[in-house]
Amino acid sequence: MKFSILVNEGPYQHQASDSAYQFAKAALESGHEVQRVFFYHDGVNNGTNLTTPPQDDRHIQKRWSEMAESNKVDLVLCVAACQRRGIVDEGERDRNKKDATNVADGFRISGLGQLIEAAIESDRLVTFGD
Amino acid sequence: MEEEYAGGVEKKFIYINRRAPHGTVYALESLETVLIGAAFDQDVSMLFIDDGVYQLKKDQSTDSIEFKNFSKAFRALEMYDVEKLFVEAESLQERGLSEDDLLVDVELVKRGEVKDLIDQQDVVLSF
Amino acid sequence: MSTLNIVNKSPFEKRSLDQCLSRIGSDDAVLLIEDAVVVAMAGTRYESDLKSAAAAKKLYVLTPDVEARGLADKPVVEGFTQVDYKGFVALVTEHDRVHSWL
Repeated sequence: MKFSILVNEGPYQHQASDSAYQFAKAALESGHEVQRVFFYHDGVNNGTNLTTPPQDDRHIQKRWSEMAESNKVDLVLCVAACQRRGIVDEGERDRNKKDATNVADGFRISGLGQLIEAAIESDRLVTFGD
Repeated sequence: MEEEYAGGVEKKFIYINRRAPHGTVYALESLETVLIGAAFDQDVSMLFIDDGVYQLKKDQSTDSIEFKNFSKAFRALEMYDVEKLFVEAESLQERGLSEDDLLVDVELVKRGEVKDLIDQQDVVLSF
Repeated sequence: MSTLNIVNKSPFEKRSLDQCLSRIGSDDAVLLIEDAVVVAMAGTRYESDLKSAAAAKKLYVLTPDVEARGLADKPVVEGFTQVDYKGFVALVTEHDRVHSWL
């Protein structure tokens, strides 16, 4: 089956993004496809490459980036949520005249339409939030 | 940032709103998703239950908290072909509200009918 | 047509489990994850409510979240089925849609 996942909360604050990751991992291991993970609201904070969690803790962003690379999972950060929270790629940096970028490997910034499209094209949408 | 979707698939989407507006961002973002999603020509319903019914309360005035009063946008949903707004009667009643307190016309459903409504859907979106 | 309902809040804190149970049918399922798993353990004040709910609907609890909270040493409420993440995935495939009661 083809799954898409919606993540509504940021990393380390709430279990939602961990639950989403464990679910995605189990889905892939069960032979399913995870088409897209859409990060919305504070969920976009999963996609910054500026975090340095303590060494004995899980690295939430890296786990997502590695999953994207090894399983072709499309990780999409909601553009409006990113703009409000300071998650910036090159396009956003140039458009809004910022001096840095911080989108991690495997993540891309795009519109809410990507969530709707994922819901249309996937067999199931599973939401993790507060 | 409207996106066109030419996939030709039409699914039934229901947006389930269970939270009051303003205290958290979810009510606003649910409405944003509905408005963006309208470009995809899908079958869209919105259901307001529990504290979600407060999203439709008329006379919201957000000037003093410096928030955008997005409740006005519910009146514009018709222009986006989003016409199926369901409100659970018991949720209104428990909160001392009636249909007259709402800023748009809605269809009232009973608590026992919510399952039937959800059973008709392909996708449930909740934030 | 059936729905997998996901609840993630303890009923000692939030009412989402009750709000979910009052609106679903006998062919629907409920999966407790995150903080909601505390109520799947026998001996809480909600046990009898959940026993009657389990007689009419399918109730599941996510074992990794039970273990994380140190509750694996307690018996689960009669009628609950324990699943791991792969079981969670299977439940999603077995139902027509998923509704997270956030």
